[in-house]
Amino acid sequence: MRIGVPRETVPGETRVAATPKTVEKLVGLGYTVFVESGAGALAAFDDEAYRTAGADVIDDAVWNADVVLKVNAPTETELERLRPGQLLAALLSPALRPELVEALAARGVTALAMDAVPRISRAQSLDVLSSMANIGGYRAVIEAAHEFGSFFTGQVTAAGKVPPAKVLVVGAGVAGLAAIGTANSLGAVVRAFDARPEVAEQVESMGAQFLRIEVEDEGPSADGYAKETSADFDAKAADLYAAQARDVDIVITTALIPGRPAPRLLTEDMVASMKPGSVVVDMAAANGGNVAGTVAGEKVVTDNGVTLLGYTDLPGRLPTQSSQLYGTNLVNLLKLLTPEKDGEVVLDLDDVVQRGMTVVRDGEVMWPPPPVQVSAAPAPGTDVITVDTTATKARRRPLPAGTKLAAAGVAALLFLLVAAFSPAPFLGHFMVFMLSVVIGFYVIGNVHHALHTPLMSVTNAISGIIVVGALLQVGRGGWAVSVVAFVGILVASINVFGGFRVTARMLEMFKREEVAR
Amino acid sequence: MSPTLVQGAYIVAGLLFILALAGLSRHETARRGNRFGIAGMAVALVFTVLAAVAGRNGSGGLGIALIVVAMGIGAAIGLDRARKVEMTGMPELIAMLHSFVGLAAVLVGWNSSYEETAYPKIHDVEVFVGVFIGAVTFTGSIVAFLKLSARIPSKPLMLPFRNWLNVGALGLFVVLTVVYVLVPDTAVFGRHLLLGLVTLLALALGWHLVASIGGGDMPVVVSMLNSYSGWAAAAAGFLLNNDLLIITGALVGSSGAYLSYIMCQAMNRSFISVIAGGFGVEAGTAAVGDVDYGEHREVTAEGAAALLSNASSVVITPGYGMAVAQAQYPVASLTKALRDKGVDVRFGIHPVAGRLPGHMNVLLAEAKVPYDIVLEMDEINDDLSQTDVVLVIGANDTVNPAAAEDPSSPIAGMPVLTVWEAKDVVVFKRSMATGYAGVQNPLFFRENTQMLFGDAKDRVEDILKAL
Repeated sequence: MRIGVPRETVPGETRVAATPKTVEKLVGLGYTVFVESGAGALAAFDDEAYRTAGADVIDDAVWNADVVLKVNAPTETELERLRPGQLLAALLSPALRPELVEALAARGVTALAMDAVPRISRAQSLDVLSSMANIGGYRAVIEAAHEFGSFFTGQVTAAGKVPPAKVLVVGAGVAGLAAIGTANSLGAVVRAFDARPEVAEQVESMGAQFLRIEVEDEGPSADGYAKETSADFDAKAADLYAAQARDVDIVITTALIPGRPAPRLLTEDMVASMKPGSVVVDMAAANGGNVAGTVAGEKVVTDNGVTLLGYTDLPGRLPTQSSQLYGTNLVNLLKLLTPEKDGEVVLDLDDVVQRGMTVVRDGEVMWPPPPVQVSAAPAPGTDVITVDTTATKARRRPLPAGTKLAAAGVAALLFLLVAAFSPAPFLGHFMVFMLSVVIGFYVIGNVHHALHTPLMSVTNAISGIIVVGALLQVGRGGWAVSVVAFVGILVASINVFGGFRVTARMLEMFKREEVAR
Repeated sequence: MSPTLVQGAYIVAGLLFILALAGLSRHETARRGNRFGIAGMAVALVFTVLAAVAGRNGSGGLGIALIVVAMGIGAAIGLDRARKVEMTGMPELIAMLHSFVGLAAVLVGWNSSYEETAYPKIHDVEVFVGVFIGAVTFTGSIVAFLKLSARIPSKPLMLPFRNWLNVGALGLFVVLTVVYVLVPDTAVFGRHLLLGLVTLLALALGWHLVASIGGGDMPVVVSMLNSYSGWAAAAAGFLLNNDLLIITGALVGSSGAYLSYIMCQAMNRSFISVIAGGFGVEAGTAAVGDVDYGEHREVTAEGAAALLSNASSVVITPGYGMAVAQAQYPVASLTKALRDKGVDVRFGIHPVAGRLPGHMNVLLAEAKVPYDIVLEMDEINDDLSQTDVVLVIGANDTVNPAAAEDPSSPIAGMPVLTVWEAKDVVVFKRSMATGYAGVQNPLFFRENTQMLFGDAKDRVEDILKAL
């Protein structure tokens, strides 16, 4: 089958749906690839590079191919060129543009939305939202640095001391984490906030401080995306934003909730309270914005000198990188669609990934797909702007602190009651017992995994100490007692001698390489 | 013999045991740790024997004769078993040894029920607790031993209301204990009957607990039984007013429990349900379904050798299959051959690979694989996507992508080695049968996976020849 890669015609679009590298892989899957002349010009890929990679560079006849790969949804004129039976893969935002879905259906094509990939780990490799969010997060920091009048990193110089810039990142999805990493590597002091406390670990791993608020948590969402928060939570979060707005120099907001307008996080008052020269990058500007006063696609400077950046083309500002990642996402899609690697597309609607992406099939509207539950085994590290997947393991909800305290209290009371009626020697033994339990717990706390078996056999040998009991009993009392104790000594001795011997044998084998040679 | 001297010796022995456990947690100090353990045991035994036989109340010549004979026989059997055991047979041996501790605890408990003490009521409770824990350990370990040595089928026993059976047994134990305390000392027959009943009850409970656990979960079971045997020794210590037994038993009990807890986390299982027994079952009942996974591809030993010689990084993930086939020596030779050619060879060990914690490490160490290239799952998983070839030798469930990708899978959520991210995967397997969890493995049908059927040892040797 033939794959066509047209030049993007939307004004300002710099990306392209295939790069020379991904063309090679598409050819490897058995396809013939046609690239429109000049398609990669803005992303620094010239026609010659595509030819070398094995593509035919032609004019806009690429629209006649069986499979059309695009970045943006087709425009009115481009829609005219689609013909029944064709397969189109592009960013279609089907939830927001029902009229586009209708138009695609009217053309009788099969359309796959690259931005509707279900959030399951198998589909991570085609998740465009993730790959673009990563680039966007990086670029957001670069844009902020460009507008910001000072260093990010703190310095002590002959000309005086420079404090480090303080950066607040709201929303720790892929974009937020990328922004944290970038700002951190520029030397800024980075703080981050997210409505999902479970991402704190990821935030901290990227080198930022995670800001917490105390509120009853409702648990992770079922589909891996962030959800709307409670009123109590919102009030406390607003206080936090207000306090942070006065303090920080840079704010980067990445909060999006799928299918809803972006939540408003920073009000006009908060923006007004920021220091002159501060920069706010609103990565949710295209969906209404997280910050009061941002304009999608524009730079706005407020009366008090705060710069609000509402750029919606952040990934497109790194066209080479974006094209490469997007192109790789498309290659992974075609790998999925070409199980035989013979250049023939097989669309399998029983596969949740393919079903989720299919917006139109042969002119029949397939949107919206049935919901996919991903929380049972979500994958780490995937995400859209703002939201990350839930924790890796399905976690049980911890008991509320009150219940735990009450249980501990009841246990302590019961024990005191028992103790009150116990003889003194018993309690003395009990003290020894408790302390030994604690020591046993800590003493092996950091045991090396490889030593589990020797550890077990040595503890096994040591527990043969029960022989002491039998030793004290043998030869006194009646003959029955002696016989029983005799057997006890015998079996426990097997344990003691066998256990230590076999441990020694095992440990002899654990030798470091140098010794072994 | 002065009692305080014996007490002093016990304190020394207790300290030596703590040093032994602490030493065993690091490679550098492990052998020293074992020697500390032996020293502690020697101190404890010498002084106990002296205290038991010497003096006016001692058991005298008869006592020492009985002790020497019993210990001699026991030592001979123990040393012999330890010398002869194959490293692959370690799980069975350890399970068997646990049963001896359990048996000894039962015997000690019975014996001490005859003793006169200052606090008879407390003593009665201690006898019952000691016998109960000992008997549960005894039969539990025997079942574990039988399952591990494949003398009985390893699939879980599914009795109706099995959780209620366990709870009921515990309740009955409490009732019997109370009755025993209330029955006067003079009712000798009644007391013997009660003690016999509780022993039978505990034996049955131990049997049922382990019988209802599937073979795949045996590493946790063995570690749990290790803990139980410690608690049995501690209970005996309370019985005999012997602090050494209490210290040692508590050390072993809590360290064993902690070890089991670590392993449960590695398998994403609840600790409570392990202690309660039968925890392998609820996960296993999910429908497997007739999913069509497609076709698998086969490869010859020569093909695998070609793959390996072109690779720059190789990761080997062994499983129980390697132990069964005794393939650790050829695997070590293969490792050496590849490393001599400049290939970066490492091992990725899943926390629950094999039938015993650290089982794979022991086998590889036996074959002299340097331990600094043997890595844990967490250490290796991130590198697998940059690895050229992964050799899966007799592992199945621990490399099953369904755990990460299929929420309906019975093993969903269990952390696994993500071998499928490597460029090529070669799976050594005897047939297409499922692993211990009874789940089909989609890995075998991936396009970057090739199957190499046959006995793992023979196949690895074939590859060595081809290299």
